[in-house]
Amino acid sequence: MANADCIVIEGSNMAECHPVGFGWVMEAKARGATVIHVDPRFTRTSAVSDMHVPIRPGTDIAFLGGLVNYVLSNELDFREYVVAYTNAPTILSEDFRDTEDLDGLFSGFQPESRHYDPASWQYEDADVASAAGERDTGPAAGASRDRSHHERRSLAPDRAGSHGAPVSGQPRLDPTLQHPRCVYQVLKRHFARYTPELVERVCGVPAELFDRVARAVAENSGRDRTTAWIYSVGWTQHTVGVQYIRTAAILQALLGNIGRPGGGILALRGHASIQGSTDIPTLFNILPGYIPMPHAHLHQDLDGFVAADAAEKGYWGEMRAYTVSLLKAWWGGAATADNDYCFDYLPRLTGDHGSYQTVLDQIEGKVKGYFLMGENPAVGSANGRLQRLGMANLDWLVVRDFGLTESATFWQNGPEIESEELRTEDIDTEVFFFPAAAHTEKSGSFTNTQRLLQWHHQAVQPPRDARSDLWFTFHLGRRIRAKLAGSTDEMDRPVLDLTWDYPTRDAIGEPDADAVLAEINGWDAEGNPLSTYTELSDDGSTTCGCWIYCGCRKDGVNQPARRKPGGEQSWVAPDWGWAWPANRRLLYNRASADPDGNPWSERKAYVWWDAEAGKWTGHDVPDFKVDKPPDYQPPEGARAGEAIRGAEPFIMQGDGRAWLFAPAGLSDGPLPTHYEPAESPLPNLLYGQQSNPARQVYEHRDNRYQPSGEEQGAGVFPYVLTTYRVTEHHTAGGMSRTVPYLAELQPEPFCEVAPELAAERGLTHGDWATIVTARSAIEARVLVTERVAPLWVQGRVLHQIGLPYHFGANGLVTGDSANDLLPVVLDPNVHIQESKVITCDIRPGRRPRGPARLRLVEDYQARAGITAETGTAAATVPVPDQPQDEGSS
Amino acid sequence: MVVDGSTTPDPAGQVGWAGHPERVGFFTDTSICIGCKACEVACKEWNLVPDDILPLSAMSYDNTRQLSANTWRHVEFVEQKRSLGHQEPGVTSPPLPRSTTVDLGMPSFGRPGAQDGAAERGSEFRWLMASDVCKHCTHAACLDVCPTGALFRTEFGTVVVQEDICNGCGYCVPACPYGVIDKREDDGRVWKCTLCYDRLGDGLEPACAKACPTESIQFGPLDELRERAQLRVDQLRDAGVSSARLYGEDPDDGVGGTGAFFLLLDEPEVYGFPPDPKVTTRDLPSMWRHALVAAGAILAGVAASAIGASFGGRFDGR
Repeated sequence: MANADCIVIEGSNMAECHPVGFGWVMEAKARGATVIHVDPRFTRTSAVSDMHVPIRPGTDIAFLGGLVNYVLSNELDFREYVVAYTNAPTILSEDFRDTEDLDGLFSGFQPESRHYDPASWQYEDADVASAAGERDTGPAAGASRDRSHHERRSLAPDRAGSHGAPVSGQPRLDPTLQHPRCVYQVLKRHFARYTPELVERVCGVPAELFDRVARAVAENSGRDRTTAWIYSVGWTQHTVGVQYIRTAAILQALLGNIGRPGGGILALRGHASIQGSTDIPTLFNILPGYIPMPHAHLHQDLDGFVAADAAEKGYWGEMRAYTVSLLKAWWGGAATADNDYCFDYLPRLTGDHGSYQTVLDQIEGKVKGYFLMGENPAVGSANGRLQRLGMANLDWLVVRDFGLTESATFWQNGPEIESEELRTEDIDTEVFFFPAAAHTEKSGSFTNTQRLLQWHHQAVQPPRDARSDLWFTFHLGRRIRAKLAGSTDEMDRPVLDLTWDYPTRDAIGEPDADAVLAEINGWDAEGNPLSTYTELSDDGSTTCGCWIYCGCRKDGVNQPARRKPGGEQSWVAPDWGWAWPANRRLLYNRASADPDGNPWSERKAYVWWDAEAGKWTGHDVPDFKVDKPPDYQPPEGARAGEAIRGAEPFIMQGDGRAWLFAPAGLSDGPLPTHYEPAESPLPNLLYGQQSNPARQVYEHRDNRYQPSGEEQGAGVFPYVLTTYRVTEHHTAGGMSRTVPYLAELQPEPFCEVAPELAAERGLTHGDWATIVTARSAIEARVLVTERVAPLWVQGRVLHQIGLPYHFGANGLVTGDSANDLLPVVLDPNVHIQESKVITCDIRPGRRPRGPARLRLVEDYQARAGITAETGTAAATVPVPDQPQDEGSS
Repeated sequence: MVVDGSTTPDPAGQVGWAGHPERVGFFTDTSICIGCKACEVACKEWNLVPDDILPLSAMSYDNTRQLSANTWRHVEFVEQKRSLGHQEPGVTSPPLPRSTTVDLGMPSFGRPGAQDGAAERGSEFRWLMASDVCKHCTHAACLDVCPTGALFRTEFGTVVVQEDICNGCGYCVPACPYGVIDKREDDGRVWKCTLCYDRLGDGLEPACAKACPTESIQFGPLDELRERAQLRVDQLRDAGVSSARLYGEDPDDGVGGTGAFFLLLDEPEVYGFPPDPKVTTRDLPSMWRHALVAAGAILAGVAASAIGASFGGRFDGR
């Protein structure tokens, strides 16, 4: 980041939420970079930026789309990069219909399932599997996903059952970018209406300010200069969150910023090691290294699973090797070629097993037990009331945390007790609390936002009964296995056959974390530690707990524990910690050189081809096969890594190119399109389709949605509310509201409103206000400030209210929880809730106590005419007839 | 070392430390402060300063309110309707229907964040942040007035209170021109920043400087800091931030320059600093001289009248 010439921070309040990392932005600024902050509020990040751009929450696709249009209309794209390294020249199927053709829908929308059939999005003459996102897409009850287009179109009798994935064909390209169905032209047409005037009307960003941003970004991109984009949950926590990021990826690919020093897109993850918690996942739909979790297909075996997902080309082509090595790590000697390496032991998805669906199942009594490990959904998840009602209907709940969080005491002091909806004595849930060890009381690794693994060493023993998650999980497994020992039931074999033999040390039996790291790194057949994921094999001879981490214990050395000071090594600092994969610090860095292997400029030289030595070299580990020359052409029949040409930097992609248009992998469109948030006071100016047709809604009496746009009753909730963190507190507050030195820095919940809104609603600075939605009513102190501006959008003034979400009933400083106001409505690709924008009302004074609070909410629901159907509609425009599925059962 | 023609004062040498280390201090560059308060927390953790959970102050994001016996680093937040160099603040809205009042661009008064319904949303806004701390003055009034010697000048040129000697007389509290040093009510003694004296002895930097993520708080030899600060002010002024200035750096100011000095982006008053601080004992010598002259004049007058009286007695007619 320090090498960037321009940095745009959007969907992120980096100085407040990532202050240590923000030091690098300040370093770039000290070196002359322009820093632009796009945010609904003027925050501590804006205070040190060169430009603050106020934007209506939920409209970043319009803003970024405006920048894309600006680049395309003015021909400011980095043309050589775009033609060589992106799929701009690729020609699309003639079946494809864009949102411009269908008033906001893409071709293939199926209203009953609220899903798209992506068949019409594919390349002409070729099928490409996705490297990410929606992959293993077999039939599954409830999830309503169709059999993948890939299988349907290319699975023919003579190919079914053959070894490896079906041949997918060669995409047709037009390097002149003139063909009407080439991606470049489709992109131009798609974003043609995203003009600066439209951006002003939809986003509230004055056209003149938009123009200054566009010029700053365009002038700082190209051969000699690079621009970086930084985002965080201000982008991901939307029903179109993934598409926000896609728009930035399109923009950065057009400008040639991906894979270049000071360029790229930096995703700021929200907690310490949350990157690690998706790499080696605690998520229901992925396995370590982002291998998809298999669905409960009929007769599906390992080969079928791999065929559905492995690309023909690119390093996902080796998915079988990654999967087999993982299975060997988990089931060791029990996993053999004869039993498909215990592939059948893996649990299967039968539908939506996401956290929010699980909570609804809890309320219905379908879920008996719940483990909450360092998670406090009573405060931290959308629709707090729904979370607590779920907990009240469990048989048992285990909470592992430093202290009694609101999730541990929901039965005693939750808002439902105060409102008398629930009575403590009627709640049957048995709650177990296990104190957790802090990070200084155990050894292990953090994987933080820049994919960097850093080891931390235990400094002190955990006090009394506090134990690490590793201790808890290991010994729980050990005890369960002991109870099941000797069982002849087939169902018990997956647990009993696990390799569960980590050595324990010390008096409390703490497992050796380094031994776990060694298993993650993996071994070859002789037991030697592996060095890199290209050594993984699909014949059972290698073991590896997570293919992208392969190499973290290269040579038997704990690489994440390395701490060579920055002053003793290059500016890339490869000897501090270890980054995945293979200690590459910048992904896709082959793109920092032109197709011939020479840096685009001296100033931005990063990795280049040394013809004499016959290898790639430079400041970082090349993200490319080190001895593959730039002019390499794959032989006939080459697959996976071998099929990547010498001038194709995007080695994970099925066609080796950055995808401006995504023919596969996304649930809600191959291109980003502006939709209004699920709850919005405004109609969609661009299309009849109001919001994301594929967004996940959960119809439930405790999860009512509010009317939007021009719907009857939308005016009952006329203001836009956005939730966020402040530096002083951490997420749900369990680690900050209980610590005196942090608690005193922000001792009470507050909301931020503009003077104009305060005047309109009679709010007094420093006094109380009540904020109401169809879910709940909460109170907060009022901070009247210029930093939250009213916006002028679509011909009217729109007021915003800002609300930190840290507070709850327990701790040294307490207050109402902001997330009680939110409904559960999710992005369909990654099931993240829309917490960054809802509508609400605000009134002066404290909220009603007891059952009167519920009456207030019911009164609002009645005035807005809210029913079970409100806000749940998928398509709000006519859906064209679906083409008949050839070959489907 | 000489900066702008002025030598860094050496108070440690002046009180008799022979062979002492270089004078150290803080240069707090408020232009890169992000208001994170890591300095406040690090200071309290290292020094085991008690917490003070007060109600929400509603003074922007500042709930600490001021330096005190229990707050040795205090981050200030100032929201102003003024511009900052070439910064584009954005919160100035697009064409809202305008009222008839006109923003004259005068600085607004009242607490930051206070409602100002009549004022127009102008075209300027900025949010200043600064981490305040004890100034460790070259001429330290608290040190001068302390009757017990609890306050002393260390070999590093800093000013430290020895809590086992302090008798709680409180003379130092009104003496400080900045309102830094303060008495703990439940304890009776005064407390303030020690510039982490116990860390300096082990070659470590103070806790706040170590914690600061943007290096707004810089620690080191004072003359190096003064040089660096001057370059930084010049750099900011060249970039169009004409209001950038140093505060406390000048050895000719009323306290002889401070060991902890600042780069400010506006007048000191905006940050709650006295614009022209003087060490309260500065005028003592001349006050004593005046007193001596006055006393001498009185004595001379008394003597004259005594002599006159004795002479007058002899010329009496009898």
